[in-house]
Amino acid sequence: MITAPDRVFSNDRPASDGVPVFEIDSISKVYRSGEVEVHALRNASAKLYEAELTVMLGPSGSGKSTFLNIVGGLDTATTGDIRFRGRNLNGLSPSELTRFRRDKIGFIFQFYNLIPSLTALENVELVTEISENPMRPEEALELVGLEKRIDHFPAQLSGGEQQRVAIARAIAKRPEVLLCDEPTGALDSKTGLYVLEALNSVNQEYRTSIAVITHNAAIRKMAHRVFYFADGEIVRTETNENRQSPDEIEW
Amino acid sequence: MSALDKKLLRDLRRLWVQTLAIALVLACGVATLILAVGSYRSLEETRAAYYERYRFAHLFATATRAPERLEDEVRRLPGVAAAEARIQESAILDVPGMPEPASGFVISLPDVGASTLNRLYLKSGRLPSSTRVGEIAVTYGFASAHSLTPGSSLSAIIHGKRRALKIVGIVQSPEFVYALGPGELVPDDRRFAVMWMSKRELEAITDRKGAFNNLSILLLRNARPEPIKKSVDALLRPFGGTGAYERRDQISHAFLDGELDQLAAMARVIPPVFLFVSAFLINMILSRLVALEREQIGLLKALGYTNWTIAWHYIKFVLTITLVGCLIGAAAGTWLGRGMTELYGAFFSFPFLIFTSDLDVYIIAASVSAVAAVGGALKAVIEAVRLAPAVAMRPPAPTSYRKSMAARLGLTRVFSQLSVMALRHVARRPVRAGLMAFGTSLAVALLVAAMFAGPSINFMIDTIFFQADRQDATISFSEAKGQDALLAVSKMPGVLTAEGFRSVAVRITHGQRSRRLGITGKTAGAHLSRVLDLDLNPVIVPQHGLAVSERVAQILKLKRGDKVVVDLLEEGGRTVEVHVSQIIQSYLGLSVFMDLRALNRLVGQGPRLSGAHVEVDTSKLNLLYAAIKSTPALSSIALQTHSRKKFRETVEQNILISTTVYIILAVIISFGVIYNGARIQFSERARELASLRVLGFTQMEVSRVLLIELLIIIAAAQPLGWLSGYGLTWLIVQGFANDQFRIPLVVEPGTLATASLIVCSTALVSAFIVHLRVARLDLIRVLKTRD
Repeated sequence: MITAPDRVFSNDRPASDGVPVFEIDSISKVYRSGEVEVHALRNASAKLYEAELTVMLGPSGSGKSTFLNIVGGLDTATTGDIRFRGRNLNGLSPSELTRFRRDKIGFIFQFYNLIPSLTALENVELVTEISENPMRPEEALELVGLEKRIDHFPAQLSGGEQQRVAIARAIAKRPEVLLCDEPTGALDSKTGLYVLEALNSVNQEYRTSIAVITHNAAIRKMAHRVFYFADGEIVRTETNENRQSPDEIEW
Repeated sequence: MSALDKKLLRDLRRLWVQTLAIALVLACGVATLILAVGSYRSLEETRAAYYERYRFAHLFATATRAPERLEDEVRRLPGVAAAEARIQESAILDVPGMPEPASGFVISLPDVGASTLNRLYLKSGRLPSSTRVGEIAVTYGFASAHSLTPGSSLSAIIHGKRRALKIVGIVQSPEFVYALGPGELVPDDRRFAVMWMSKRELEAITDRKGAFNNLSILLLRNARPEPIKKSVDALLRPFGGTGAYERRDQISHAFLDGELDQLAAMARVIPPVFLFVSAFLINMILSRLVALEREQIGLLKALGYTNWTIAWHYIKFVLTITLVGCLIGAAAGTWLGRGMTELYGAFFSFPFLIFTSDLDVYIIAASVSAVAAVGGALKAVIEAVRLAPAVAMRPPAPTSYRKSMAARLGLTRVFSQLSVMALRHVARRPVRAGLMAFGTSLAVALLVAAMFAGPSINFMIDTIFFQADRQDATISFSEAKGQDALLAVSKMPGVLTAEGFRSVAVRITHGQRSRRLGITGKTAGAHLSRVLDLDLNPVIVPQHGLAVSERVAQILKLKRGDKVVVDLLEEGGRTVEVHVSQIIQSYLGLSVFMDLRALNRLVGQGPRLSGAHVEVDTSKLNLLYAAIKSTPALSSIALQTHSRKKFRETVEQNILISTTVYIILAVIISFGVIYNGARIQFSERARELASLRVLGFTQMEVSRVLLIELLIIIAAAQPLGWLSGYGLTWLIVQGFANDQFRIPLVVEPGTLATASLIVCSTALVSAFIVHLRVARLDLIRVLKTRD
């Protein structure tokens, strides 16, 4: 496991320095699926700040994942602007977007998305090999407490372990932003807790901005900031003055 | 090694049966290409080197009796590098220990110095001396067939004279690489010999002091043969010249050309079939892999891998298969090529063999297969590149099925739901199902092509030996004789019937097209050696005009009623115009027939015969043989039974080899296509099938869904395979057809059935392997994982 939670939370400095990493200005996304037009996002605007943990809540189909994908450069907005540290992502070519993802963003998904034919270590190496200033892959796995399981294939790991490999893979390149799409969605509460603790400590230790999509409203208690999604819009934003550590959260 | 390369290796290991199956199909393409090109080059270079070193002539001409001074005149012709005048005479040989007579030629060697052209390769002993009588050098094939060595003796009738001969040397000659005796279908070393003796002695035997009857000419580089041929013809015409001809009309050379053409045809037809099938298989397996790894591709993109890296990853997968295929194919091709060249060494008489294994053949084979493989992979790779990362991360939408016309009409109610599932899946991907059926049909086609030869050759043998040339032997006179010669033949011991014939060397011209050949005159009542029409019914040669074989008609673009110009090359050389009165069938040579009396009128020297076809009382064969060996007026004898046996033996040996190779190739193709197809169907439907198992269907019922699909595709492949097999066979028959030899196209229902049976057996094996997979289906895991 990562460093003891009490040590992490004893340092109670303000997380946000008020420096925005992402500035999202009324983005919309329209999919054309067969004969129907789907408005996945309608004029969503928001900011993600340096060293902040942001939680995104909302029912299925409210646009959270689309929002996250566009922010991470996996998808492009139909209209609107996304600026990363002042640089507009809209005008970037696919290869520039690839470069952007490679250098700045780490992703964590609900179904872990590990390569089944690669061991835990190799799954992490997949990222460290193409990053400029990565951790040693073993170090990343140690951070999530998997140093003893590095030669196991995904099929030989539990769901929680697989998700921790995914986290190790995401943080190994020292990304500026970590984007997580329901990282605990496929896990039971105990394993989910480990994963949240891992995310929290990354946020604390490396001052990495983290955005987490979840269906579990309780998780908002550990966030600096909470976005509420409904019908493709961000209907409400909250800042959290009294953050709780993951183990304090009631599931 | 990068993490992605490790994934690659593990993917290959996991899919090893499928990838090996593809690599093997590719290997077949590479092997056949290297085999065909390698053997082609080996044979061609061996021949070229042999010709070059032993100064094989470019032009040949014969006369009856030309004065020696003409040799100098020919040498002085512009474009001529060398010319050599010789005497060549046919001979009947009496070999100790062999009851039947052998046929052969005796050719003169210069009395002083070595031959300037068509030099002999001395294998053992020495060349005959001009000062000692009765010394000969004899061809290696004949010598080894009878265990003759320098010092052995035999006797021969040459120009009507019996001579005791002593072998002093064993030789090989570039003129007789393919040593075909008169009237034979394939070389028979036992019964055909070529002998060389000093010119002085042969002059004496043949009464040709200071004269020659055979001329060889070597041309200067870039010299045009046509004007030289014209000049030579003009010089020799007064002396019975029959017209100069080039290498392509020289029997041995022409057969080698035919063999080279076949290799070239093989290189053009067979490897592309395999390359096409491997491209299709790679397309199939890679499309499935990309579909299965959709989320992994999305993930790699999310992690910042470029499209190029991902494309290269899958191309490397394909290139690894290609590499394995090329290595296996190159090894097999080299081995087979060497074997093939050695086979040529046995079949053709070369003093040495040059194995070429130029690097460029391998590079070409490797590049062609890489292009085919990557070409096959292209669609799948582009799919992988086009996958938007955000889309790839989501599971694909359920495949949309449509109710077929049959379903809307309610026809599917006659099938069970399981059968409907299978039918819909086939209909869902008609292109792939079509390509699978096509690939399988190629295997059927290859098998049909492999097995057609047996029945076709049998049919050919039956037609030639039992329908057309039913005589037991053909006896040729040393020169054209009158009716009394026929009478003499019919009185020989054991002869039941004798039918005279006459052959005359001519040049037939039709418009721009012209060809040297022989016209055979046949008596109206001939019933031993018959002429067959295009439907293979025996016909009587028309009283007027020519009966022209299909092949000659093709070459000269003739049809019934056309008028052709006939230059009589012997006997004074008149030129006459004759019409074509019938097109007939003949599988051998360039046959043109005429009524004997009409031919005699045409030549204008009264009734003459060149030889006789005879029917023999087999119990008196040995008496006849003995009589022939001591009859001076005969020049050669062809024995049908021996020819037929030798022909069948030679052909069967060749067919056995090629059929085995083709069957192996076809099994590899059909296994490659069917096994891969079945595995991919299984992979695509694992979830569906697991659901069926959970719903309570038995393993057999679930397998049936897959089997029905396979059955539909394989059933569709059969008629397609028969059709393309017929087409492929037709191509092969056309490729084989040359002026000496045509194989009739006979595809028996039994051949089609056997081809289908073999392919269905491989299908059964593939289906069984997949059925075992169904048994091992891990229901829980399949249902839990997202497809």
